[in-house]
Amino acid sequence: MTLTKSGGRAAARPQKTLGQRILRELNRNKYVYIMALPVVAYYLIFCYAPIYGAQIAFKRFDIARGITGSEWVGFKHFVDFITGPYFGRLMRNTLLISLYQLLFSFPAPIILAILLNELRSDGFKRTVQTIIYLPHFISIVVICGMIHSFVARDGVITDFLVFLGMERTNLLSQPEYFRPVYIISGIWQGIGWGTIIYLSALTAIDPQQYEAAIVDGANRFHQIRYVTLPGIAPTVVTMFILQLGKVMSVGFEKIILLYNPNTYEVADVISSYVYRMGLSEGTQFSATTAIGLFSSAINFILILIANTLSKKLSNSSLW
Amino acid sequence: MAIKRTPQEKTFDSVNIAIMVFMILITFYPFWHVLMASMSNSNRLLQHNGIMLLPEGFSGEAYRYVLQNRRIYTGYFNTLFVVVVGTAFNLLMTSLGAYVLSRKNFAARKTMTVAIIFTMYFSGGMIPRYILINNTLGLKNTLWALILPGLVSTWNLIVMRTAFFGVPESIEESARLDGANDFVILFRVILPTIMSTVAVIILFYAVGHWNAWFDAALFLRKKEKYPLQLVLREILILSSTDSMTSSVDYTDKEAIGESIKYATIIVTTLPVICIYPFLQRYFVKGVMIGAVKG
Repeated sequence: MTLTKSGGRAAARPQKTLGQRILRELNRNKYVYIMALPVVAYYLIFCYAPIYGAQIAFKRFDIARGITGSEWVGFKHFVDFITGPYFGRLMRNTLLISLYQLLFSFPAPIILAILLNELRSDGFKRTVQTIIYLPHFISIVVICGMIHSFVARDGVITDFLVFLGMERTNLLSQPEYFRPVYIISGIWQGIGWGTIIYLSALTAIDPQQYEAAIVDGANRFHQIRYVTLPGIAPTVVTMFILQLGKVMSVGFEKIILLYNPNTYEVADVISSYVYRMGLSEGTQFSATTAIGLFSSAINFILILIANTLSKKLSNSSLW
Repeated sequence: MAIKRTPQEKTFDSVNIAIMVFMILITFYPFWHVLMASMSNSNRLLQHNGIMLLPEGFSGEAYRYVLQNRRIYTGYFNTLFVVVVGTAFNLLMTSLGAYVLSRKNFAARKTMTVAIIFTMYFSGGMIPRYILINNTLGLKNTLWALILPGLVSTWNLIVMRTAFFGVPESIEESARLDGANDFVILFRVILPTIMSTVAVIILFYAVGHWNAWFDAALFLRKKEKYPLQLVLREILILSSTDSMTSSVDYTDKEAIGESIKYATIIVTTLPVICIYPFLQRYFVKGVMIGAVKG
């Protein structure tokens, strides 16, 4: 690639041969090449080698024969997965959790950011911000440990729900409570941090717009409706589209810290299934690589579509 | 705001403040509950119902068990090793990468940028990555398995490259006239001018290492190698507090086990909560930088 690039650039100087031009580039940027070496090596080894290794999705992987030596089986593992008993359940769980996140976790920080923006005391606003950002930095293991304790049979959240009339039980052992626990705890952890991007969009609104609105007789609700909301709309649209691009990729870390065989029915998503069948309970390397690749490919296409949409609608893109 | 507030606006302001107070309480209370429960008498904790504003019968017993647990100390040691060594390597590699990608007359720049950004959106997946690290590279049971696979975070790399673009070229040119090579320019000239971004990147990497547990669960089998988060998972999620309470009667085990969980959370999370207020503003700045990368 380097070759064609430098070739194209130096085309205006036909007197030099390709070799001379390469030498010149290497000489001019020799330290840059030395610097690039470890970084390129990192990406080749830890990002591109696994992509090469993903060929076992089309093979019957045999540790003794290695990745290249294993026998090809074509799309067998993909077909097995799609026609298999877990496909529907995994797709449903993954998409439902994503949908609930879009419905509840996505708007929450937007509303909070608007309310924060309406606070009249800057000191109070900063205090609130400092406190609500904190859960973002607590490790997911600790968060899930707290969830386990709080929603246990005698946990404080269970106590509260029993007070409201629920039958006493361990919430995480009941399938119907898994998704609410997952989503609500996610909002609790992420709502504060999520406001940052909207607050920064809010600071970009020209104060003169508010002044003009006040002159026109707008009260605070009118100002929110006609100045604040249009002001952050492009950010909201961009964030929403990017979120749409991630509907197929629900992270597995929190899932596998919270679920158990009782709740697999509603909790198991594609990534947690890949982990369980590939590295934890089972060692079906080829079959789970195929499932991973299947979802990777869909995610990649979704992100491409989302990015194109975002570019068209709000003129901002990921790259 | 010289304009008089209407009654509705006054109500709105009051409700808004009430909502914010609620947000503060709901964020803060879970941590308070954990702290109070950790200091409570374990049998009375078991009978306790609902909100806890003060400890139920003060007891430091749970902390005694936690501080006698050797895994907490090895966990702290391993985590600190990964945080310090890992973050140092992260910063070095990210600076090199960001510098290379910011060289406008570097022929391979575009190709490299595309190839690197591609890895943010497509990967070989969990299993090929596991085979590579565990079998091919043989990093299992070493702390390097927690450092090398994440040497560069592409997101941080892009943030840093954006900061490099903001450094005036004249600074670099005058250094070059003085005979500085690229290494000198990067480490002596450019990095010192963007220290706030460097701080953000260090913090992001360090927090990432502190909180990480999954790679450790995949690659470490020996318990003395476990970082803090993995020790925590055993105690909090897999509920294995038995090893700490072997001397306790069976009937008390459940009670003290619960207290131990709370005390463990405090012992391992308190450092983060204590440093947090001082670092918080840097993090926020980091998100802003990321948000306006353009």
